[in-house]
Amino acid sequence: MGTAQFIEWTIKSVVIFLAGAGGFAYLTLMERRVLARIQTRIGPNRAGPAGLLQPIADGIKLIFKEELIPDRADKVMFVLAPIVTVFPAMVIWAVIPWGTSVTVFGYEIKLYLADVDAGVLYLTAVASIAVYGIVLSGWASNNKYALLGGLRSSAQMISYEIAMGLSLVVPIMLAGSMSLVDIVEAQSDWWYAIKNPIAFIIFLIAALAEVNRAPFDMPEAEQELVAGYHSEYSGMKFALFFMAEYIKMIAVSAMAATLFLGGYKLPFVEIPSFLEPLVMLAKVIVLLFGMIWVRATLPRFRYDRLMAFGWKVLLPLALFSVFITAVIMVIW
Amino acid sequence: MAFPERARVQEIARGMWITFRSMFEKPVTIQYPEQKRPVRTRFRGRHVLNRYENGLEKCIGCSLCEAACPANAIFVEAAENTDEARYSPGERYAKTYEINMLRCIYCGYCADACPTQAITLEDNYELSYTDRRDAIYTKEMLLVPVPTDGLPTPQVTEPGKFTRAIPEMEDPAS
Repeated sequence: MGTAQFIEWTIKSVVIFLAGAGGFAYLTLMERRVLARIQTRIGPNRAGPAGLLQPIADGIKLIFKEELIPDRADKVMFVLAPIVTVFPAMVIWAVIPWGTSVTVFGYEIKLYLADVDAGVLYLTAVASIAVYGIVLSGWASNNKYALLGGLRSSAQMISYEIAMGLSLVVPIMLAGSMSLVDIVEAQSDWWYAIKNPIAFIIFLIAALAEVNRAPFDMPEAEQELVAGYHSEYSGMKFALFFMAEYIKMIAVSAMAATLFLGGYKLPFVEIPSFLEPLVMLAKVIVLLFGMIWVRATLPRFRYDRLMAFGWKVLLPLALFSVFITAVIMVIW
Repeated sequence: MAFPERARVQEIARGMWITFRSMFEKPVTIQYPEQKRPVRTRFRGRHVLNRYENGLEKCIGCSLCEAACPANAIFVEAAENTDEARYSPGERYAKTYEINMLRCIYCGYCADACPTQAITLEDNYELSYTDRRDAIYTKEMLLVPVPTDGLPTPQVTEPGKFTRAIPEMEDPAS
């Protein structure tokens, strides 16, 4: 590991961090405008041209807000919880490939931070760490409703991680490798979403539940639980929770694009390497639009139905899809 | 929640198609201040002190509006009209007429009480001020501009012409 390698890693990490933060900011704007158009109204369009400075205005507002820590809350945990929640959301980006490589000034730079041999395992492991932050925040708030929200949310996330993990087994089997770059390269002919649509749909649903997004957003339901596990948070800490949720949303869309929609490749077509990140970006944006569309349409699941759905419907379906994929692979 | 979910999937798909279609409808937002909704008839906005067509003010300084106002927002001081300096037909006019817009509740009781229909509530709702003192609207701010056929007040009139506060009506039913 030479200095050049170290500098390359540092620069890529900074780029990932900035892209994550910028992506989160403009995702909030995109969500508000798309939700608004679905509801036949215009979203924020006053702050800057077409509302493009709205996320900055929101950020400044949150910085200026008073930061309250409840009296008998566990201070260390209270401050630590949003950090523990944001951290895994950022770290997932390390293995997502945005292209093969570009050659700049004679250096060949690979468009991913790390090609881990067990990339998919890394993804599921990091996604599980995010649960800790939510439980911590619910506990540290010293508020019964926040505690209940935290417990519900963590139970929901753990349940849907099982279905998500099982649906992730399908691309691993089809590609024969757990490395994300290998999985993308193996999708040069047909995307895995076409080869096994059940797994793709299970992944999308489980990912929505994993991110606590509508229609699975009972833990943060404003109407029922007074904002649930982050009801006691204000100002920058709340901004971190918000950030964690949206960055996880983008990360999960990127995972779906990589593992099921062919990542940076188009089916059967060779594209020049500088277009590959754009292809990936387009897929991520389409998936994000889908998530926002679902949020605008569907009412919230009641918590017991949500859990029943995860255990009694998604888990057997995921097992079934793995079984079918294995059988078909053996036959062909 | 067992497998009657099969039927629900079609319903979810139909619902999502409807929301997707609604993205292409024209939004119903009215972009204030570039676009403004027209006010309805009998909308009660800012007060206006009216004039007759010859330019004389309708307000005779009787203070019935001040008495009727439930919020004590109006302040009236009356003075005598002379023929050299006539402000309104009749004996009196309002020398000082002030409405405190912060107290006013825009109920319209003053307009109901006025015997000459001098004070009416019109369409203007864009009233904002940065100082509390600017909220007190004086007579100059409330008077309508002089109509084209009339002369500005105070006018010089011939004696004996404007003796009645309320003009003769040809047909009392109109």
